[in-house]
Amino acid sequence: MVKNFFRNLLKKFKFNPFGKRSHVKLGLYGPPNGGKSTLANRVCQDWLGEEMNFTVSHIAHETREIKIKEQVSIKNKKGKELTFSLVDTPGITTKIDYEDFLKKGIKKNEAKKRAKEATKGVIDAIKWLDQMDSVVVVLDATQDPYSQVNITIIGNLQARNIPVLIAANKVDLKKANLDVIKSAFPQYEIIGISAKYGKNIEEFYEQLFKLAK
Amino acid sequence: MVTFQFIPFHDIQPLTSARRVNKLLNIVKDDRIVIMEGRLKKEEEADLIEITMEEISSKFKGIELSVIYPDQKRQDAMQKVKGAFAKVLLGDRQGLTIIGPASVVKKIEQNPDKIELFMNDSNGKRKLAKRRKK
Repeated sequence: MVKNFFRNLLKKFKFNPFGKRSHVKLGLYGPPNGGKSTLANRVCQDWLGEEMNFTVSHIAHETREIKIKEQVSIKNKKGKELTFSLVDTPGITTKIDYEDFLKKGIKKNEAKKRAKEATKGVIDAIKWLDQMDSVVVVLDATQDPYSQVNITIIGNLQARNIPVLIAANKVDLKKANLDVIKSAFPQYEIIGISAKYGKNIEEFYEQLFKLAK
Repeated sequence: MVTFQFIPFHDIQPLTSARRVNKLLNIVKDDRIVIMEGRLKKEEEADLIEITMEEISSKFKGIELSVIYPDQKRQDAMQKVKGAFAKVLLGDRQGLTIIGPASVVKKIEQNPDKIELFMNDSNGKRKLAKRRKK
């Protein structure tokens, strides 16, 4: 809270030492299965030339701990460079039931362990909010955006004065509806992407430069 | 049977953030659905999720949460001024917060004017709709 107060105060005087830190943290936040890890993999593949160990799955809560890739440098069309640490976070949710994992064919002990790890992952993701300099909220464009989890995540970022970009992912799917997301969060920059297939990804990188300003 | 418990704003207003969150969560853990006048602060909503995660067990699966709040874009200037004065004098008691145990409430769907609670029921799924007037 004290850090936020000084951050806001310094921003008012257009002096922000946090912006000049060598370790700018760009967080990927959102509900489970929105495609955060797929996007993290896409960024690393495009700019580091290597697939990351951000495992992806159709089963929710595949990412159960914070994962960081340091020193990711991207360039825009004008040749400007932006370097940041990419932080992939577990999906934030209000409920976790190990029986949901059983339905996906996971054995009971493993399902219970996975649920326990997932709860810890959500707690860590929330605690890490204060560490972020900028955040990309990754939403599944095929899902209803008016969930309270989405509103709570974005509201908390706003309360902390952390710049937000909303990436409406999975626009390659027929059910995707970018307009609904735009009407749900009209005050935010929203970009429709397909992290899996790279659709609109260049525009996404351009938006990252605006986010980091 | 589904039990709703109404929490008027004056019941939670004097409490600290931690006590507010704990009070609400304790009711939900008793398998009751909270209907609270007003809303929590953004940070309190995050705390509620965090504490819920800490409390998850084989019996308690978590919560369903939804907040319905007047759309300020639809308010005229006078309504906004009145709302701002009321907020200063009485606290932010606009809106409604609904919190239900995940074992009872399957899903809460929300759009700007309407909240729909989909209940977990032994006889299958049934739907309870709550509408809010503009």
